[in-house]
Order: sequence, then C-alpha cells, then structure tokens
Amino acid sequence: MSFFDYFRSKAQPTSAELAKERLQIIVAHERGARANPDYLPQMQQEIIAVIKKYIAIDQDQVSVQLDSNDDCSVLEVNVTLPD
Amino acid sequence: MAKIIVVTSGKGGVGKTTTSAAIGTGLALSGFKTVVIDFDVGLRNLDLIMGCERRVVYDFVNVIKQEATLNQALIKDKRTDNLFILPASQTRDKDALTQEGVGIVLDELAETFDYIICDSPAGIEKGAQMALYFADVAIVTTNPEVSSVRDSDRILGILQSKSRRAEKADEPVQEHLLLTRYNPARVDAGEMLSVSDVEDILAIPLLGVIPESEAVLKASNSGTPVILDNASDAGQAYDDAVQRLLGKELEHRFLHAPKKGFFQRFLGGK
Repeated sequence: MSFFDYFRSKAQPTSAELAKERLQIIVAHERGARANPDYLPQMQQEIIAVIKKYIAIDQDQVSVQLDSNDDCSVLEVNVTLPD
Repeated sequence: MAKIIVVTSGKGGVGKTTTSAAIGTGLALSGFKTVVIDFDVGLRNLDLIMGCERRVVYDFVNVIKQEATLNQALIKDKRTDNLFILPASQTRDKDALTQEGVGIVLDELAETFDYIICDSPAGIEKGAQMALYFADVAIVTTNPEVSSVRDSDRILGILQSKSRRAEKADEPVQEHLLLTRYNPARVDAGEMLSVSDVEDILAIPLLGVIPESEAVLKASNSGTPVILDNASDAGQAYDDAVQRLLGKELEHRFLHAPKKGFFQRFLGGK
C-alpha cells in the first residue's frame, strides 16, 4: 500500500472480498441443491402447476422444500394464497 | 497396496497436468514406484509435459481394449527411476473408457506400483468421472479465482457421491486442496482470494500453495516436470506438497510477497 492510499476512504470492499462473498453465497446455494434428490425440481414444477390450475398464483409464492433428519424426510409445501 | 491419487479440478487450465507430472515425479524421487495415467482421451498432454511425446506407441485405450499389454504401453521416464507414464489415446473418444476396463487396468497396475496418479481431464463428463471413480486420495487443484473455486466445490460433491468409495460406503476419498498460480502480492493488494479465503469456502485440508511462477512455463517448454527445477519457487513448493502427501508436516512457504524497501512502500511502486 502506498502513502497516498491512506487518504482513500476505506468504505469499499476490495475485489477479493467481493469475490469471497459471492462465492460463499453461490457455493452454499449449490450445496443445498446437491443434497436434494434428482426428481425434486420436476416435482416442484408439477406441484406448482396443479395449484395453478385452481388458484391464480405466481411461481414465487410457492416454496417446496425437502428436509431430511436422521430417519425421516419431510416434504414441505408452502403456498401464499392471494387475498 | 497401491494408493490411487486423482488430480482433479473441474475447471480447465488450472494446472492439473503440471501437478500430476510434478507430484508423480516427486513420489518417484522419494523411492516409490509411480505411474501417471493420462485420462484426457482425445486431448492428451501429459506426454508433452513429461517430455516423452515421441516415445508413445500404445496407449491407455489400447490396453483397455486388449490391443496391447500394459508393459507395451507403459513408458519408462528417462530422467527419474521408478517413474512410468501411461498416455491417453489421441484418436478415440471418451466413451472408450469403461468403468470395467479402467478397473481391470488399475488392478493390474496396483500389483506392482506404490502410487497410481490419475490425471483427470477438465469438466465433469465421463473422462473426469472415470479418473476419480477409483481414487483413494484426491488432489483438488484450484486457482484463487471465482470460477475455479466454484468448480472445485462441484468436483468435491461428485467425489462425495459418485466415487467407488462413496458408492460402497467405504471410508471417504481423502481430499486435499492444492492452490496453484498464487500471487501473494496481489493477495496483499486485495485483488486475489487468499489461501484462507479459499480454505474457508472449500473446507478441505491444504496440501500446498504453488506460487505463480515463470518456472512452470519454462518447464513445460522443455518437457521437464517443474519439480526437477530445484532452484525455482514452484519446484520447491511442489516438493513440499509431495512431502506432506507422504505424511511430513512442513510449514507452508511462498505465501507472502518479498518485503519492499522503504522508498518503494512510500511511493507505492512495484
């Protein structure tokens, strides 16, 4: 770091810090997806399609999640119904 | 019992073949009978990096298809005792590698060799999967750069789910991180991910840090594994990595840029 750098504001993260932050987010996301079975994305789509047949909802108002504990898996479907 | 080591990364151009050549040579120099196998069918390059490209007669696929014996296809390294190279086929495609065929060849090699190094192709297709399937140890070669780190994490996922050890629920593949093309000056300037950044994200033990070095290109120009260049930083760093692989505890070197003089620091020059 040069003498003149001391006058610069320290508010902005360095590009390496930015890289680390972006990586942590994407890697965590992809690890989560990796743990899920292969059929989950398609099943998610089909569940959403069935709900859509009856109720007008957006894609992002439905969340389908699979959580596994030691001896049982729980499939959780959350639908936010419009008012 | 032979140890099978895969050198893998997901991303291309990070230094897998350079690493395979260096680590293989290092293990042979330490007295272990070692073979390095090129799994990059169609794009072989290990022969060039190890300087034996003009001695290739038969290849890995010939052996799998029983068109040649292992002894016919193995190339004995001219510089280093105990070191052999099994080149990839340049004319066939990756489907020539079958799990059964690769398994039979590795079993036969395991009878006489101490270490079998599998130089993986880039990507996550068949060639890469075959290279890592039988591994006991994985050296995940990574550059301090976002796409390389992400791909390495993907490869770790495949090691943990699609390797033989994962399928048989054996003890998992031993994973090691090898950080290559590391530039300490750029890390200090906040322009490059640091060793600890990459360790934080990938969360596997660090085998070594190879500094970005002019010696690597020079070594590949002449077809000499860079580890034989004892005077170079990269050669010494690979040497340390081999010793760690053999169980020695060595402090990591080449992690910091050389100190600048007072005037250089004051004026911020390079």
